[in-house]
Amino acid sequence: MLSIKNLHASVDDKEILKGLNLEVKAGEVHAIMGPNGSGKSTLGNVLAGREAYEVTGGEVLLEGKDLLELSPEDRAREGVFLAFQYPVEIPGVSNINFLKTALNEIRAYKGLPPLEAREFLNRVKEKQKLVEFDAKLANRSLNEGFSGGEKKRNEIFQLAMLEPKLGILDETDSGLDIDALRIVARGVNQLRSQNNAFIVITHYQRLLEYIVPDFVHVLYKGRIVRSGTKELALELEEKGYDWIKDTVDAEGAA
Amino acid sequence: MITQVSDSLYSQLIKTYGENLPSAEPRSLDEIRKQAFERFKRVGFPTVKHEDWKYTNVQPLVNQHYELDVEPSFAAIDLNNAGIPRLDAYRVVLVDGKYHAGLSDDVSDVQGLSIMPIDQAFERLCFAKYFAQFADKTDNPFVALNTAAFTSGLFIEVGKNTQLSKPVHIIHVSAARQPVFNQVRNLYVMSAFAEAEIVESFITDDAAERNLNNLVTEIMVREQAKLQHYYLQTATSQSSYLNHTEIYQEKHSLYNNYNCTFPGPAFVRNNINVRLGDSEVESHLYGITLTAGNQLVDNHTIVDHLKPHCESYEWYKNITQDTSTAVFNGKIFVRTDAQKTNAFQQNNNMLIGEKSAVYTKPQLEIFADDVKCSHGCTIGQFDNDALFYLQARGISEAQARILLVHAFAFDVTSRFANATVREYVEHLVEEGL
Repeated sequence: MLSIKNLHASVDDKEILKGLNLEVKAGEVHAIMGPNGSGKSTLGNVLAGREAYEVTGGEVLLEGKDLLELSPEDRAREGVFLAFQYPVEIPGVSNINFLKTALNEIRAYKGLPPLEAREFLNRVKEKQKLVEFDAKLANRSLNEGFSGGEKKRNEIFQLAMLEPKLGILDETDSGLDIDALRIVARGVNQLRSQNNAFIVITHYQRLLEYIVPDFVHVLYKGRIVRSGTKELALELEEKGYDWIKDTVDAEGAA
Repeated sequence: MITQVSDSLYSQLIKTYGENLPSAEPRSLDEIRKQAFERFKRVGFPTVKHEDWKYTNVQPLVNQHYELDVEPSFAAIDLNNAGIPRLDAYRVVLVDGKYHAGLSDDVSDVQGLSIMPIDQAFERLCFAKYFAQFADKTDNPFVALNTAAFTSGLFIEVGKNTQLSKPVHIIHVSAARQPVFNQVRNLYVMSAFAEAEIVESFITDDAAERNLNNLVTEIMVREQAKLQHYYLQTATSQSSYLNHTEIYQEKHSLYNNYNCTFPGPAFVRNNINVRLGDSEVESHLYGITLTAGNQLVDNHTIVDHLKPHCESYEWYKNITQDTSTAVFNGKIFVRTDAQKTNAFQQNNNMLIGEKSAVYTKPQLEIFADDVKCSHGCTIGQFDNDALFYLQARGISEAQARILLVHAFAFDVTSRFANATVREYVEHLVEEGL
């Protein structure tokens, strides 16, 4: 589904990603772990198309289509969804109105007619239940005055509504208490299918107890330096990131 | 002191009207006009050295040649640009200030509503009572000039206890095929317990030459009366406006003004002054200004609390694009008598154009000691994080911008009493981006 080859990217002329390779197939969940500053969030933002992140080399294909050529909105319409680490508050834009606009623009891109009002509302109800998102919040302004947990849950609610091919969760676990974490993870697990894939970016192994990944990659200095199964996450948790840093830096020196 | 002897409109006005002001029965008006002209002659047109005109330079406008008192051509006036979808209203059309009977609805059957060209109202009792009683007390030289030499405009009286079932939609069309200086004078009287909505649209005919419009509107809102008043400024770059509105409110009355300006007219200066002349009065002033190109839009408001137990609420939002300029100057007076006043003022600005500018000046002058007043002002730019967030959900950049500007304007547009006008204004905001 997603193929990243030798990706280089910089922010403010500082190179953050230095030749990243990753293959994600439909139905898979990949976890990206790594110490602070290793480039995890940069990867999410580059895939979603944030302007400040400049791609200086490499390619990213989504089902064979060159993702880097596309505007952020077209990436979303092609099926990329970034669950933000820091969702933005937008007073005056109602959550529901925003979702309806987004959903219908994605449908129009695919040549589909807008959803009927009733169909849309049924879908809202169904997905709200799935991610245990309070109906009162859905009718408020987008993220305005939401708690950290409510914002993250709203991200997953949007993900459920838009049904992307590729969901990228950028540190969705940060700032969540254990109950909120469980709810978010349950939502994601219910959305997993043979037709979609997830990239779960996280600093801690904790989230991966709930969203069990097929593969775990360790990002360090802008490259994936270790790949393995979920056991790698456990090993990391036990030995800490210094273990990776030391072994990788030693390899580099040798 | 004559400050601008050399400017062409000034000397033209002196030459034309110096010994020859417009005159009609009753002769009582002659003296008012004469005195007003003397006032204008003394001060001339303002320059940027006058505090009230610091950011709004009228000199380039008045240093051009215009024709005065042009007979309007009523041929082929296109009103499409003033149409408000689904608004059912009594339509009144003024072409360069002159009442156009053919395009206006006949309201002679409507109980308690009188609409007529202002020169037909001179003999009316309430004309004599209210004309030039309010606006002329200000030191705006354009008011003095208007009083001295206006030749057209509109008189509206809504009778005692009359509640109009439909709004009055006044369409001001600038249409002259030669450069003109129009002076339009309006007087609206809301009698006791009357209720009405007045919607005013400003448009430019496609074939019009450049025009400068000096409008003065005096509004009397009598005891227990309610008036909802909309300004929808959608003219084109050929048109410039000096628009002075003076409102006087009596006991238990309500006046709401919704002042909306969109990309188009090159120069707009609004003065909106509300005098809360008795107790238990309520006034709301709302403003949406969306500018583009090289436009200048200046909104000066005065909310004057003269008596106790009144409430005023003012909220203006400016959105500036390209190299345009918006000015907001909001002054609140709370006079010694005006105890228990509740006055609120807010002005928020969003600069979209990197080279656009906003000048804002909230002012409070409080002479009473038991009052609640607040004012606030913000200036910000487009939130790029919010824009990206919306795009990342599949919303196009253009649509995302519209959503964000709507969101910014929401505090004001949500206050519109008339949902049809509100929808129209939201549509104009979308079109103006």
